[in-house]
Parts: sequence; structure tokens; C-alpha cells
Amino acid sequence: MPSLGADMTDGVLLEWLVRPGATVHKGDIVAVVDTDKAAIEVECFDSGTVRELRVAEGTRVPVGTVLATIASAGEPSLAPTTTPAVRTPAAAPLAAESPVTSPLVRREAAALHVDLHAVHGTGPGGRVTREDVEHAVPAPPPPAAVPPPAAVPAPAEVPRGRRRVSPRARRLAEAAGIDLGTVAGTGPGGAIRAADLPPAPAEGAAAADRAAERAAAMRGTIAALMARSKREIPHYYLTETIDLTDALDRLRERNRDLPVPRRVVPAALLLSAAARAAAEVPELNGFWQDDHFEPAPAVHLGVAISLRGGGLVAPAITDAAGLTPEQLMDRLKDLVARTRAGRLRGSELSAPTITVSNLGEQGVESIIGVIYPPQVALVGFGTIGDRPWAVRGLLGVRKLVTASLAGDHRATDGATGARYLRVVARLLQQPEEL
Amino acid sequence: MNTTEADRLVRTALHEVAPEADLSRLRPDADLRDTLALDSLDFLNLVELLSSRSGKRIDEEDYPRLGTLADIVAYLG
Repeated sequence: MPSLGADMTDGVLLEWLVRPGATVHKGDIVAVVDTDKAAIEVECFDSGTVRELRVAEGTRVPVGTVLATIASAGEPSLAPTTTPAVRTPAAAPLAAESPVTSPLVRREAAALHVDLHAVHGTGPGGRVTREDVEHAVPAPPPPAAVPPPAAVPAPAEVPRGRRRVSPRARRLAEAAGIDLGTVAGTGPGGAIRAADLPPAPAEGAAAADRAAERAAAMRGTIAALMARSKREIPHYYLTETIDLTDALDRLRERNRDLPVPRRVVPAALLLSAAARAAAEVPELNGFWQDDHFEPAPAVHLGVAISLRGGGLVAPAITDAAGLTPEQLMDRLKDLVARTRAGRLRGSELSAPTITVSNLGEQGVESIIGVIYPPQVALVGFGTIGDRPWAVRGLLGVRKLVTASLAGDHRATDGATGARYLRVVARLLQQPEEL
Repeated sequence: MNTTEADRLVRTALHEVAPEADLSRLRPDADLRDTLALDSLDFLNLVELLSSRSGKRIDEEDYPRLGTLADIVAYLG
């Protein structure tokens, strides 16, 4: 999966335009990928024979995932694997024999009201190219029946390449699952404006289908990532029980005088300790890449956030080690709200250098986590509960939490993980340090 | 605030915090955090909405009295 923008972390393989066995040349369009922004054609950067399509249509995969393997022309049987690269604007005709028409061409045709069956294809094998579609446009767009607003220049130009769409219209269309290729634009140069979109369908089967589709796509993402983690990462696990009584007393005192919006929940204390400890034990903060550990310059604390309706996302609170619990609380609230509203920034999704799972909220005693590759550690906190506990030789009822660490044994050994958990415990037992 | 008003206020707030939940099937004595899978931030949001709309100050010490729909209605009423 090529990176189609600096903030892109993954993409959905929408459609394959080649089949195994097809001969491909450098520059051929071999697939269409849906990013968060648009459907983009992916070109092959090597020549040879398609050996295997590794990613099924409709699957979301992270950037860097091998999409297909190509046997190079010179070495037909034991060929190196290649990921297709991209050169976005080109509309080179597909050289394969498959009679598939690129969805972008179909979309273009729909947008320009061109019947594809009536178009003479000039591409290899009679394929219809984007140029063919544009040449087939019978006449300039008819003058709008509705007089355009005074400030708008005449809609003279036939849109080439990607349709022009106002950001608001694109957002609305995405939210409603409307294919922009089916919408006629009335803006300048045929641009699609929000008003051009069909009215939103009533809440019903269609919306439910889309929700189910999204849920299934997310399930697939989690499945792929976690399977990769368990396949590649030799995990080791450590746990530590930490007495939070003093920290929570202090927190309660602090919250007592504060209005509700400024109160800090215990989870923010836990996250704060996890972030600071990661700064103190940098061997756990970073990525396993190309067979070595690459420490990260800052702690971007991933927080596993469950989505209403199922699924899980772990975006980052960036530069978390320097935040007070209050600041961290504000960032956490903002992050959770935006995660659930689907307004995460791409950078937040790719940023985490270490992740915390706080399933304790759901009432379990401890978490033995699965690391998010390419990170090398996952911190877990169980429920904070009242338990019997010995303090200075006396048995008392204290508020305890079980902290856990899943570490990547390729990057660190248990001693490093133990050091990390001891720092977390020290910070939480000396809350004035937080 | 009478019981009907309190009930409506709580249900409205719950709907905002957990929009996907079917509140018509929510039993008055069901544990809200468990039934609606509210985490501590959701619960804080709920308290914030209840406090601002009812005008009643809600302290952390009172959180245990806000466990169910019936509890909250009684607390606000």
C-alpha cells in the first residue's frame, strides 16, 4: 500500500484491475485505493507478471503492506516482491488483457453523462480510457436552467481528471455514502456543491447497511493488525499491583472545588504516569523497523478508545510526557469526543509511540495486551478496586490497580519492562510528581 | 423538578452521551455504566449535562448515588 499523502496510514483496496498471470508494465494502473480523501489509482512501478494478489478487495491495510507480488520479467519463478507505487495524475491506459474499465473512468463517464457502450476505446485491447470519455462528450454542458449566482464565472470548462467538489459537499457525501460520480455539479466548472447532493435518505436500511459495512471494515482492520502482532512479535508480559489510595485521595481533594468540566478522572492519572514512565524508559518508546529498534524523540501516547457500536481505535495524545494530569484530561476528552465523531486527524492515528489500554473501565481486574505494530510495548490498566493490602505491616483496605506491560522481546528484555512498571508505580505513589 | 421532568432530562442527557443506546428498553434499575457501556469520560459528560441543565451541583461524593436511571431521577427530584 503506497503512501498517498504524508498523513495516510492505511487505505482500502477498492478494486483490482489486474488478475494473477497478467503481464504488467511499469506505469500501468493496477488497482484503485480509497484513502480518507478520495479514490486514487495506483500504478505499478515494476514490469513483469502478476503472481499473487495478497490483499482482497474491500480490505483496509496499513501503508507499507505488500498488495501484490510481481515476478520480474527476468526471473519468472522466484521473484522479489514489489509494492505498487503511485503517480497520481497520470491516466495511462491499462495494458492488461482484462476487460475491466477503471472505476475512475466509469465515474468520469457518469459525471459527464457519457454512455460507455457508445465510446470507441483507444486503449490496449479496445479499453476505454479517460481521454476517450472526454472526447465523447457531445457538447459543452448545457447552460444551466437555473441562472447561476452573479459572482460565479460561466461554467464553460468540462472538468478534467478529478471532479471539483466543495469540501462541505465531499464531507456530506461521505457521511451519507453518496457516490460523487453520480452527482451533477452546478458550481463553477461543474464543481459539486452541497446543494447538488440528493436529499439524505431517511434513517433506515441504507444507513444500517453502511454502519454494518463500516463495522465490518473496522473488524477487518483490527483482525489484520492484531494477527500481524501475534505472528511477528514475541510478546513478554509483566504485571504489577499498585496502591492508588493516596493518589486518589489527592485527586478527590482537588476535584472537590472544581466544576464538573474541570474534574480529572483517575484514568488521566494513569495515562500521565504511563507517558512519563515512557520518557524515563525510552527503550520502550518507539518502533521496531527493519530489524532494529528506532527510539521515538517524544512520547505520543496511544489510547485505546472503544467505539460505540463496536470497534477500537488507538489514536495518540501527542507529546504526552510533559502534560499535567489536567492538561492530559483535556486532551483525552477532546480525543475521545473526536474519535467517536469520526474526526481524527491522520497524524494522530500514525503517531503513537506506545499505547495504553484502559479496559479497567469495563470492570476487569487486569489486561494482558497485544502490541500495536510497529510499537514495542502496550501498557494495560485494570479496574481500580478496594482490596485487602498490607501497608507497613498492617492489613488494610486500599484502592489498587493492576498495571501490566506487554513488551516486544525483539526490542527489550523483561528487565527493561520491569523498570518501566516500577517507574509507573513510583509516579502513582508519589502523586505530587504528576 | 418533578419526576417526569427529571426522567425526561436524564433520558435526553443519556441519549446525547450514548446515542446508539435504545433507551426505551432501559430498565429504571439497570446499572447505567454496565448497560450502556459508559466509561469514566462518558459518565463525566453525563454528570456535566445533568448538573448544567438541572442547576444542581453534583459532587464526586454523590456519584455512587447516580448508578441507575431511577437513582438519578430520585437524586434530581
